[in-house]
Amino acid sequence: MNKTVDNKAWLLVLPVFLCVAFSAIVPLMTVVNYSVQDILGPDQRVFVGTEWFVKVLTDPELHGALYRQIVFSFFVLAIEMPLGVAISLALPASGWRASLCLVLLALPLLIPWNVVGTIWQIFGRGDIGLAGVAVNQLGIDYNYTAYSFDAWITVLVMDIWHWTPLVALLSYAGLRAIPGAFYQAAKIDGATAWAVFRYIQLPKLRGVLLIALLLRFMDSFMIYTEPFVLTGGGPGNATTFLSQYLTRLAVGQFDVGPAAAFSLIYFLIILLFCFVFYTVIEAYGKGRGR
Amino acid sequence: MARIEFRQLAHSYVQRPAGPDDYALKPMDQVWDDGGAYALLGPSGCGKTTLLNIISGLVPPSAGRVYFNGKDVTGLRTEQRNIAQVFQFPVIYDTMSVFDNLAFPLRNRGVAEPDVRSRVQQVAEMLELTGDLANRASGLAADAKQKISLGRGLVRKDVAAILFDEPLTVIDPHLKWVLRRKLKQIHHEFKLTLIYVTHDQTEALTFADRVLVMVDGRIVQNGTPQQLFEQPAHVFVGHFIGSPGMNLLPCTLDVDAALVDGIPIPLAPGYVAQARAAGGELQLGIRPEFVRYTAERQPGAIATTIQAVEDLGNCKILTARLGRHELKVKVDEDAAAATGPGWLGFPEKRTRIYVDGAALSNAVAG
Repeated sequence: MNKTVDNKAWLLVLPVFLCVAFSAIVPLMTVVNYSVQDILGPDQRVFVGTEWFVKVLTDPELHGALYRQIVFSFFVLAIEMPLGVAISLALPASGWRASLCLVLLALPLLIPWNVVGTIWQIFGRGDIGLAGVAVNQLGIDYNYTAYSFDAWITVLVMDIWHWTPLVALLSYAGLRAIPGAFYQAAKIDGATAWAVFRYIQLPKLRGVLLIALLLRFMDSFMIYTEPFVLTGGGPGNATTFLSQYLTRLAVGQFDVGPAAAFSLIYFLIILLFCFVFYTVIEAYGKGRGR
Repeated sequence: MARIEFRQLAHSYVQRPAGPDDYALKPMDQVWDDGGAYALLGPSGCGKTTLLNIISGLVPPSAGRVYFNGKDVTGLRTEQRNIAQVFQFPVIYDTMSVFDNLAFPLRNRGVAEPDVRSRVQQVAEMLELTGDLANRASGLAADAKQKISLGRGLVRKDVAAILFDEPLTVIDPHLKWVLRRKLKQIHHEFKLTLIYVTHDQTEALTFADRVLVMVDGRIVQNGTPQQLFEQPAHVFVGHFIGSPGMNLLPCTLDVDAALVDGIPIPLAPGYVAQARAAGGELQLGIRPEFVRYTAERQPGAIATTIQAVEDLGNCKILTARLGRHELKVKVDEDAAAATGPGWLGFPEKRTRIYVDGAALSNAVAG
């Protein structure tokens, strides 16, 4: 077949190209620009090559923040994904009870992030906070401003409270989309409840759970506001995650070069993880991951 | 294998049904003989699927009992009933191989692995799935998926009946014939009780020994394909089966004739008397195939005007006028038929009177 050569087609791509350029490429290139220069003043700058990257990558403080971040995201995913699916399985399928449950479930998602931080900051206080007082009454010496373990747990529980509903809602929507015939066939085949979950529900939820996993991974890996309001990253560095470390670097100390270099690394880490998750789950869905 | 029996069975999806309109299935007694091939034919929403789900135990009936081989199974759950069911859309376990799909019902029942293996092989061979056993079921075409659904029913040796809920809806037309022949072959080999739900009359008539026509939650006729065609027990059957359907004309009665818009159509006096005794709203029914058309005047024929002639290639369909009413007449392809005046004959044996939709008993007419 002969294709018509017509370069006017490029004009049709132009709007998209412009949008992407202004939304992604130009800002990203600015960061790249900072990451390879040392800017001493408005008119003074020196090209430093990969120096900032080397500096950032060998920074022990960054290693600490990255380690805490990975452990935090791991626990967030390990708890929120199964819990969200479990909640969605327990919810009623239809009727006013279903609507009520969904509204109640969605409430934490509607609260602004810094308000969530403030709520938990007060909620967890040992002197006036409901949870803090209750835990101390049980005989556990709990104080999130003094003990790093307590602070860490508080941030984790807060994230679970805030974001498990998202996983549950996505999973619930996925469950409702499974045709009734599958459950009827499973009954006829004598399948147990576990087999129904393992061979019908879980495979059919693969798509929505992939979305939930990616969203929760990205959000938890970039968490900033809530721990900032709750603990300010402390005690010590116990709850300083990557975003907060970056902010301190860029805004607090005004080390624009290292901050830019680190931003790029941060971006690449998230991209890499998302790519791996996506590829593995898709491969499993197509039967190659067995 | 089982003989299935309904006694005074009825079902309503409403908690407290107020009247007959609340019933999806109106009270019925029905026997399905062991090894019979039945088709349930009817329009969407007539209760076919409800009836099927009551047999398989997915829906507990609101009234009446269900018996398998004389044993009351009304209270038994689906998995205890040994029913196989094939649904409208293929139901397969996506993450399993074809082999695991077929083995699933056996493994759930704790059958030993060597037995599972031999049984699955046997069923796969019969369904011509042997080559695909190791493949993932999700990658197969719709007809293979439906065969797997059927196979999951067949692997169990003690299956009481196989129920099909419009299983060929998503299958390509040329494969429908292949699959339907496969079903017949399996039925022949295993002598299983098959109940096949469909709204496609060709499918029902070619598949089944007996066809049950349902409308509004009632079985209006239970008969062989020939009976449904020649002696429709209800206007719905006449209208639904056949193409075009039966001509149904409102009529009144004379001593030895039915009057359609004042035009007398001669009938046996005994039959007319029976219709008069029954009372109610009367309709005269005759299939387009049975109306005798002639261009010339014949004794006993009725004058008419042919309004249209449609040539279908293997026959011609005439649209004739009878008073204010229209009726269809089917004539041979090579019959000389033209628009304009013509004559119609109504053979007494083929002309039936329906009272409030139901046929008079055939004693006189048939």
